[in-house]
Amino acid sequence: MPVIHHGDLHLSLEPGETALDALLHAGVAVPNSCRAGACQSCRLRACAGSPPAAAQVGLKETQRQRGYFLACMCRPDEDLTVALGEDAPIDAEVTAVDPLGADVVRVRLAAALEYRPGQFITLLRADGLARSYSLASVPGEQAELELHVRVLPHGRMSRWIADELRPGARLRVRGPEGDCFYVAGKPEQPLVLIGTGTGLAPLQALARDALRQGHTGPIALLHGAVTPAGHYLVDVLEDMSRTHPSFRYTRCALRGEPAPGLEIGGIEALAAAMFPKLAGHRVFLCGDPERVQALRKQSFMRGARMSEIFADAFVTAPPPAVAT
Amino acid sequence: MSSLYDDLGGAPAIEAAVDIFYRKVLMDDRISRFFEGVDMERQAAKQKGFLTMAFGGPNNYTGQDMRRGHAHLVKMGLNDSHVDAVIELLGETLRELGVGEDRIAQVAAVANSVRDDVLSRDPKPAA
Repeated sequence: MPVIHHGDLHLSLEPGETALDALLHAGVAVPNSCRAGACQSCRLRACAGSPPAAAQVGLKETQRQRGYFLACMCRPDEDLTVALGEDAPIDAEVTAVDPLGADVVRVRLAAALEYRPGQFITLLRADGLARSYSLASVPGEQAELELHVRVLPHGRMSRWIADELRPGARLRVRGPEGDCFYVAGKPEQPLVLIGTGTGLAPLQALARDALRQGHTGPIALLHGAVTPAGHYLVDVLEDMSRTHPSFRYTRCALRGEPAPGLEIGGIEALAAAMFPKLAGHRVFLCGDPERVQALRKQSFMRGARMSEIFADAFVTAPPPAVAT
Repeated sequence: MSSLYDDLGGAPAIEAAVDIFYRKVLMDDRISRFFEGVDMERQAAKQKGFLTMAFGGPNNYTGQDMRRGHAHLVKMGLNDSHVDAVIELLGETLRELGVGEDRIAQVAAVANSVRDDVLSRDPKPAA
């Protein structure tokens, strides 16, 4: 009989028993509701073993690839190890810290991490301070991990990175996490990538990954900032659109003077004008949480399927309290 | 008789139906406020559970699940008029999918059967 491993528990399944039955019976508080594979309340992740296909029906393709499954439908053919939560952190060495744009610093790290371009990791400083950053690199193009760190005026991690972190320093990283990455299989599908600020980091990596994996359909990238000074990697992306006719790059800013390739206005209105109908599109959204939320709703209402909208909202930590 | 769930094509058909249904819900001023969470995916998954049940597909919801799952909405003022609106939009969704009126009435009857649990009240005595 297959065994479900979960921390110290090793549960041998009875014939017909589901992973949910076994875990609940052993006293693990797995949330659950419909118990028929519809509501997804009991979604878990296998970190070893392959969940049966029947337990992955209705999940996003990116979630399937990461081992997620619905416990109530899981009658596995093989042993599964159910993740307990977060993976253990691994060591990383800083190899470069360079300015990349106004308020954006590029950090390169050497670390043995498997990931998909567009996912994010959590950086852990020795004192326990932790912040999540998206991966801007593509495995196969470069061995190192690359992060685009927006330097916030009161950012405890970001200021430290910009002012003090130097090559040779050691950090720990946890991850990867996140469903915002490219999955091959529909090479002709139009892709729409919309990001604000350093939301560009995962999206440009995702676009390069899609091209590397032979995506032939149009890939449109829209990068929003408050002012044009907030755009970075402009030359690289303009080059990329010249090299790859299927790739289109547009910048927008809330304030400033319009220029070729640069629109002035709110990103939602521009996205609506650029992509009036999104049925059949795959949509990726990264950056400011309010913009991501509004763009997600807008994309869905304009025809994108919920299962084909991938979003990553960058939540910033509240600034430290001011001493009085 | 086979269930509407099977006739429509099972789980993949529910995916398509949920997208149509959820768009209608979000556009409907009567009820959109009950469905506008930050986590739209979570909302869509819950609705998938509801449609699966209403279409006669596999589900193991209990009355208690229904009460627990909607208690916060009842506190927000969820009442019969909102349940009526949901059933109306469910019917419109099915019409768009080419489902006949007899089947739509059947689905409405299933949805109505959980009305008291959804609204956290005792069943009305039979008239």
